[in-house]
Order: sequence, then C-alpha cells, then structure tokens
Amino acid sequence: MNNFPILSSVIFLPLLGCFVILFIRENNKNLQNNIKFAALITSIGTFVLSILLWIAFDPNFEEYQFVEKKQWIDGFNFYYHIGIDGISLFMILLCTFLTPLCILSSWNNIQKKIKEYMIAFLVLETLMIGMFSCIDLLLFYIFFESILIPMFLIIGIWGGERKIYASFKFFLYTLLGSVLMLLAVIFLYQITGTMNIEEIQSYSISKKVQYILWLAFFASFAVKIPMWPFHTWLPDAHVEAPTAGSVILAGVLLKIGGYGFIRLSLGIFPIASMFYAPLIFILSLIAIIYTSFIALAQKDIKKLIAYSSVAHMGFVTIGIFIVNQNSLEGAMIQMLSHGVVSAALFLCVGIIYDRMHTREIAFYNGLINKMPIYAFFLMIFTLASIGLPGTSGFVGEFLILLGTFKISPIIALFAASGIVLSAVYMLYLYKRIIFGIISNSKLKELFDLDIREMTILIPLTIVILWMGIYPNSFLKPMQIPLKKIINKYEIANNL
Amino acid sequence: MLATFTLFLPLTGYIISFFFLRNSDPKYSQNLTSILIILSSIFSWIILFNIIEYNEVEKINLLNWINSGNLSVSWSLRIDTLTSVMFIVVTNVSAAVHVYSIGYMKNDNSIPRFMSYLSLFTFFMLILVSSDNLLQMFFGWEGVGLTSYLLIGFWYHKKSANDAAIKAFIVNRVGDFGFLIGILGIFIIFDSIYFDEIFSKVYLFKDHKFIFLGNFFSTLDAICLFLFIGAMGKSAQIGLHTWLPDAMEGPTPVSALIHAATMVTAGVFMVSRMSPLFSESSFASDFITIIGATTAIFAATIAITQNDIKKVIAYSTCSQLGYMFFAAGLGAYNSSIFHLMTHGFFKALLFLCAGSVIHAMNNEQDMQKMGGLSKKLPITTLLMWIGTLSIIGFPFFSGYYSKESILHASFFSNNYTGLLSYIIGIITACLTALYSWRLLFLTFHGNNRSDTIDYKDAHESPLIMLIPLIFLAIGSVFAGIFFNDLFLGEFSYNFWNNSIIIEQFHKDYIPFSQSLIIKLSSIIGISLALIFYYYKTDFQEIFYKKFKLLYLISFNKWYFDEIYNFLFVKPSFIVANIFWINGDEKTIDFYGPNGISKIISKISIIFGRFQTGYLYHYAFVMIIGLSGFLTWYLYFKSL
Repeated sequence: MNNFPILSSVIFLPLLGCFVILFIRENNKNLQNNIKFAALITSIGTFVLSILLWIAFDPNFEEYQFVEKKQWIDGFNFYYHIGIDGISLFMILLCTFLTPLCILSSWNNIQKKIKEYMIAFLVLETLMIGMFSCIDLLLFYIFFESILIPMFLIIGIWGGERKIYASFKFFLYTLLGSVLMLLAVIFLYQITGTMNIEEIQSYSISKKVQYILWLAFFASFAVKIPMWPFHTWLPDAHVEAPTAGSVILAGVLLKIGGYGFIRLSLGIFPIASMFYAPLIFILSLIAIIYTSFIALAQKDIKKLIAYSSVAHMGFVTIGIFIVNQNSLEGAMIQMLSHGVVSAALFLCVGIIYDRMHTREIAFYNGLINKMPIYAFFLMIFTLASIGLPGTSGFVGEFLILLGTFKISPIIALFAASGIVLSAVYMLYLYKRIIFGIISNSKLKELFDLDIREMTILIPLTIVILWMGIYPNSFLKPMQIPLKKIINKYEIANNL
Repeated sequence: MLATFTLFLPLTGYIISFFFLRNSDPKYSQNLTSILIILSSIFSWIILFNIIEYNEVEKINLLNWINSGNLSVSWSLRIDTLTSVMFIVVTNVSAAVHVYSIGYMKNDNSIPRFMSYLSLFTFFMLILVSSDNLLQMFFGWEGVGLTSYLLIGFWYHKKSANDAAIKAFIVNRVGDFGFLIGILGIFIIFDSIYFDEIFSKVYLFKDHKFIFLGNFFSTLDAICLFLFIGAMGKSAQIGLHTWLPDAMEGPTPVSALIHAATMVTAGVFMVSRMSPLFSESSFASDFITIIGATTAIFAATIAITQNDIKKVIAYSTCSQLGYMFFAAGLGAYNSSIFHLMTHGFFKALLFLCAGSVIHAMNNEQDMQKMGGLSKKLPITTLLMWIGTLSIIGFPFFSGYYSKESILHASFFSNNYTGLLSYIIGIITACLTALYSWRLLFLTFHGNNRSDTIDYKDAHESPLIMLIPLIFLAIGSVFAGIFFNDLFLGEFSYNFWNNSIIIEQFHKDYIPFSQSLIIKLSSIIGISLALIFYYYKTDFQEIFYKKFKLLYLISFNKWYFDEIYNFLFVKPSFIVANIFWINGDEKTIDFYGPNGISKIISKISIIFGRFQTGYLYHYAFVMIIGLSGFLTWYLYFKSL
C-alpha cells in the first residue's frame, strides 16, 4: 500500500472515467443517463480517494507527501514530479468535492452534447488536481495553461447568449498573463538549471531579477484571481457560463491565482513580494470597496455574485502579502470558504435559472412563498458570504484582518469596511428575490427543491458550518508549509 | 454543567421545531420551545442562587475553535455574577414571551418558524452573555443581530418589515465593524482575547500610546471607543439608533424580547463586562456618558409626539438605554446593570401590554384611534399602569430603585459630565413621565376615537397571554426591592465578585432637596400629561400651532432618516452606478480588452488593404522593392 501511487490515481482517475465515457453512445435517454452516471461515479470515486489522501496525510511531516518522481524529458531536468503539502491538499479536496456537485447540478439542464460536456468536466478535474500537486514548475505551467481549454469550451459551447464574447475575453485575458509567465519560467530554468519548485525556492535570485520576474508571475495570477483592474473578464464569464461552469470558475479557478501567489510569488521571490506588497494592498483595497459598490447596482444575480467574488478575493490577496501566520492561514481559509460559498451561491442561482430561465433580479420576488427550503439554504449561503461568525466566511476574514492589523491597522480598517458593504449588497439581493409577495404571475408555478438539489446543497452547508465552528481540522495541516514560506520570507528580507 | 443545559436547551428547541415540526401541528412546537425555555429559566435561577451562596466563577470548556499562530480561542462558558444576572433577565423574559406568543400568534400560519426563531435568539443571547472571550461574544453578538433581522422581517410579505429588517442588520453591522476593530486592537496589545488575561494586563498598558498621522494617542482610549461604537449600534444610541423604531415592524412579542429587554441591552452588558478596561479610560468613559445622556433626552423628546403605540415604547427604550450608558460611563456599572434588569421586566411588560391592546384592537397601532379601553381591557390597563409606574420610578416599584441609583451616582460624581448627566437625567425623568402618561391616557382613558367597529369588538386577552404579563408585572414591582441590596448595598462588592468594577460611591444620602427635585420632575411630567391629554385636550392644538417647528422636529424624529438617506443611501447607489458604468464599462473594458481588440482589428484592416489580389500590384511592389534594395546595396557599397 505504501508504494501505491495514490496521488497519481487521484489525478488520473477522472481521465479514466473520460475514457470509459468515450465508448458510451448517446443515442437515447437511457444511454445519456449512463453517461451521467459514469461521470458521477467517477467523480465521487475521485472524491473518496482524495478523502483517503486527507486521512493518510501527516500534518506534522515537514516535507511534501505522496511524492512521485519520474524522468520526463531526457537531457533536461524535467520530471513528472508530484507531491502535496497542507496547502495543496485542501485545494485538491476543493476540486474533488465540487466536481461531483457540478455533475449532479448539470443533470437536467444540459441538453446538447452531454458526452462532451461530461468529458470536459472530468478532464478539467484531472488538470486542476494535477496543477495543485505539481512540484515541477514546467509541469505546473502545462497544467495551468491546459485548464483554459476545457473551461473555454464549457463557456463557449454550453454558455448563454453572449458566450462567444465571454469565452474569448476569458481566454485572451488569461492567456496574455500566462505568456509572460512562460517567459519567466524559461528564464528561471536558465539561471537555476532546474524546474523543481523546492530547489528554485532555495536558490537565491538576485534582487533585480526578482523584481522583473515577480511582475511576470503577477500578470498571470492577478488576472486569474482576479485583482482590480484585471477583473472585468470575470462577470462576463460567469454570466455566460453554465451553472456548473460558474461553480468551477469561482470555486477553483480563481483560487489558482491565490495558490500561485503563495507557492510561487512568495516562495520564489520573497524580496520582490515585499517590494511590491504596497501595490497589492492598494489594488486589493480598491477591489474590496469598488466592486462592493458595483455589486450593489447589479441587475443580474450572477453578475452580483461575480463582483462579490472580486471583493472577497481582495481579502485573500491582502492576507497573502501581509505574510504572517494569521494572515496566510486566513487567506487559505478564505479561499476555501469562498470556494464553497460562491459555488453554493451559483448553484442556488442555477436552481432558479433552471426553472425560470432568467437571472434578472427584477424578475424574481417573494420566492419564500413558493420555495421555503430554497430560501433557507440561500440564507445560510448569504450569511456565510457576509462572514457571519459560525460560518466559514468569518474565520477567513477575521484571521486576515487580525494578521493585517499587526502590520498595518489602516489597511485593516479599510478592509474591514468590506464587512459592512458585503452585508448591504447580499441582504439587498436576498430581500429583492426572496421576500415580499409574488407579483410576477410566472413565478406562481415554481416548486421547491427536489431531492437531487437538496443532495447538492446539504454537503455545502455542512462544510460551511464545519469550517465556521471547527476550522482547526483545516488549519492544522496547513500550518507547517505556511510557516516554511514565512520563515523564508523573513530570512530573505532580514526581518 | 447546569449552565450548559441552560444554554443548549433553547438551541435544541430551535433545531427540533425548525427542522422537524415545521409542517406538524403548531402546538407541538409551541409546547416544546416553551417548556425548554421555562426549564432554562428555572436553571438560571438555580445558577444565580448558587452564585449568591458560593460566589464561584465557573468555566466550562466546550471545544477548540480557532488555533492560528498565537491566537487560540475555544468555545467556552464563563459563569460569574454578571452572567448569572443576565441569564435571569434573558431566560425569564424569553420564557414569558414564548408563552405569550402562543396566544398572540394564534392565527399566524408559520408558528413553528416563529417559536424556533425566538428560541434561537435566546440561545445566541445566552452565548453572548456567557462567553469567556471576546470572539465568542462577537459570535453571540452577530447571532442575535441575525435573529433580530429574521424576526423583524418575520412577516416577509410586508415591504416595510423587510426594509426595517435590512436596515437593522446594516446599521448594526456598522457598529459591529467598530466592535471587530476593537477586538483586533485588544488582541494586538494584550496578546489575548480572553477576559481574564486582558484584565490582568490592563495596568501594563494604561499609558500605552500609538502614533497616528504624527500624533500620539492613548491606545486604551482608541480601543474603548471602537468597542463602544459596537455597543452604540446594538443598543441604539444616538447616531446608530435609527433602526430601533423601524424594528417595531416585527411582531410585538419580538419587540418585547429583543428590542426592549435583551438584545438592545447587549451594548450595556458589553461595556460592563469590559469595565476593567473602560474604567481605565477616562476619555472613553466621558464619551459614553455624553452619548448616553444625549440619547436619553433626545429619544424622550421624540417619544412625546409619536402616535404609534409601539414607537413610543421603542423611543422610551432608546432613552432608558441612554440612562444605563451614562451610569456606566460614570463608573456606576452596578446601577447600570440593575437598571438593565428592572428595565428588562417593565419594558417587556409595557410592550406585551401594548401587544395585548393591538391584539384587542385588531392590529390597530395608532393611539389617536384608541382611548377608553380601560373598560374593555381592565386587566391590561392595570398591568400597563404597573409598568408605567415602574418606568417613571414611582417609589417602591422596581424602576424607582434603579433609576434613583443612577441619578445618585451622577449627582455624586465630581465632574462636569456627571453634573451634565444629572441635569439631563432629571429633565428626561420629567419627559418620561409625560410620554408614559400620554400613552396611558390616549390608550386607556378618555373617550374612544376609533372610527371603526374595532372598539366594540375589543376584548381582554386570553389567559395564556395574561399569565406571562402578570409574571412580568411581579418582576416590575418586586425586582427592585429584592435585588436592591444585593446589587447596590453594603455587600454588593462580594456579590459582584470582580465581574464588574465597583467604584465605591458616597454612601451618604442624597440631600433632601435633590431627592425632592427628582420626584418633582416626574410629578410635573404626569401633570402635564394630565392637562394635555385628559382634562384639556384642546390645549394640544394650541400648543402645536404655537410651537410648530419644535413639534415637527420631534414628530419627524429630528429628521435622522432623511439626513441618512441623503448622506448615505442615495449616494451609495449613485457611486455604485458610476463605478460600474463609468469605471468598469467605459474605462477598464473600453480601453482594456475591448480597446485592444479594436486596435488589433483596425491594424489588421490596414494591413489587409495591402493584399489587393491584383498580380500587377504585387509585381509593382516587387520591382520597387528590388530596385530599392539594389540602390541601397550599390550606394552603400560604393562608399
């Protein structure tokens, strides 16, 4: 059992599922169901495997765990080198947790090209898990870039009216950033002679090189996470993406930016990270306040949540570049929390979209009369989004603010205004669509959640409360790897 | 152990009736939640007697919460004197309200939801008062805010209720923002958010300073001010009070429990809990005194002209909270908590009596359409009289002891803020008597002014509503006598057992003249009410005409809502649209992605023009090029 490549199996199990699905025809309803079940079972299997990964994970072990290393390209130092630590563990769990929910949520609303759709999602899952478990920088880059392809297809094929505009905007925006990153990766290989992230991290790169390379990585991650002013692709992509696409986009893809910032920007360029930190703080504070206001004016539910994502990610970027134990752990928890909460919110939007085929806020009102269970779940997710204590959102925001306050009370003060603003736009949204009496006659036929939809929302609720009430199960494993990054940062900057 | 039960019984009631009894007969959820809460209140009496007897502080550790870096917080309870007193107020009023609601909400169609929310609120409130650290207190703090939001908006089909709910949550969030900053500051300075550790280190940081914009400020002052902003939000002090009157949109039992007796006093509780900190910061204490005194008189001036029976009581609550705060600001924390307790009883009584009236009048809340109800509702009238006598501080009623003690404390405190609050306190006492008796006369006495048949149908409430009222009336009468010695007397220092700071005030009696003035002020108020609203009702018209401006200011609540709308609400939406349309769409997108793609397509059109497809164009360009190269080659070679 010790030599069983469990991490590789987690990565490639979804791909195996794809392979199986390829052989199923989709001529009639039954066969289509087979495809769905095959995809669902595969993703659940992956989730179970990743839980095993968590159980087997030793939080006190200092190094990468479940490491596998194979020579990849002869003559160069490129390896198929994977392994995980406490930072990547939860990112992987987030992927494997959300994918089955995505597949379940697409059960009835995807009518065309079901086979391709399921394959796209499973490929996406493989790529995401692979990206989070890479120790080899080139491998990381390849996974990182490849993720764009299935996501581009998901938005472009199964998206809404302006899907072409949105998918191209998404693709080009992110590609532009990654081209610079590729140059930086090549340059790093030139000067260090290795692609092993750990070895690169221990290599001391001169100050000036750091300044330049950091910007190249920043371009890529700032678009991904996204930071102001590189965020405008996000609302469009979300609005046009199918529900499950939004879930993955907000739930996992945005976190790649944060993951990259922690693992690569902080890890490889500690001096430059300190140098550029003020820039990050200003952009993040603008993001928190500016997008919170914009969210208030939105007329489309998905767009509102998309803008709120930008504001929440503003907290994450502040937390990352404050660089202390509280703020980094807070940033990680905030990312996980946002991954679950925004996924839940998008799924909730999807539920009413499936029934009414519109996301316009003005179309809805008084849903509580027809859908009390739905209203209950949406209330929990709304509260988690505004960071009520006892939900996951609070732990992340509080730790970030705590860490920030130690370094700069002013930044913390401005960032904390986000907790008032988020309450304003989220509760205003909730009031408009849930409360009141139904005045739109089309809404009279609405029916409450069915079993499938409850099955999707209950696990999300449990995780939100778990992270809010007992976050230690998540905090413990990430302590050591974050501490290592902080130590290195402090030594490099002579703190 | 007992405390854990006291705490989790209401939660159990919530979970069972919310998730499992939603669709069953409402009587199950009514009975279940009421019985559990009554059990809870019995337990809390036992806890109090244990505290009186043994004076031990009990700490119960439940579960780790957050461990991160040097922060380590647990879910834990701390049962000391202050907590046990708050337990008494919360569980007893809550039990009364639960039982009362069985009758009051009889015809509602979502009773289980209502009862479960009440229980959930009680749970959060108990968490708030029994917390061992600031973060868990914040959890309870936000939790009561949430349940308050849910209950104000309980009748979600009413637009006004939804607006009031969201307003309450957001105004409270502004306060919570201050509270959170205060907590962060405390953790940075004291390296802990546990009360014991903070208090043991206060003396170390008494003179700690921080630099802001080049100036030195006292850290303790700043922390206390931020904490107090939180208290102002929750306890509806001037500036952040606007949500409380609107909160009356909720069902009346909710107003009694949350917006009179318990949640709104959380701010006072917090200041008292943090009294070792506040008492070291004279600046913050003065600030609290001034805000409290201002709120006391400000809210009272509004209460005298409101016509909605619940709004009058709401502003009265606001004003009484002002009393508690200025007592706390002057260091008389025990008087403050004492008034909190007696106020909890008589204000809940007043609200529930008002509910009884509203119930009888078929949901009419306008006092101008009432009058003469004493014949129809004799018991309610009697109970309302008891509540009113208590609030104006009629001797030997419970309000008398607590209010007098606050005024005594302000009289004996040797500074200007003390003197100021003493004068304001006396004027407010006069106003209190005025608006309270105005309410009595307009509602219960004189002729009936109802233009509908409601008056004929008016009927006394059923027994299930009267029993809790009588229970609260007993509290309103006897709580003062019973607890006076314990809270304020000779051995009060032992009783409080360091759970709050007891500053030894002059034990000598207040001069007879002052004692007379205090009582006279109430009598003046009553007489004014008697003249204006009972004997010479036409005086009202004359008064309104003569002092129209004053009347309008009072009637329109000093225009706070209008000013806030103008300053915050409308600009927010304008700013939102500017950011969205002018920022995102017209700037970032226009010059960013769309701009770049436009430039590229323009360039490609220009380059496209070169590809004309005519052979002679290409041949021409080739020849030109060739000759160009040749010329260049020959020319430079020859040099």
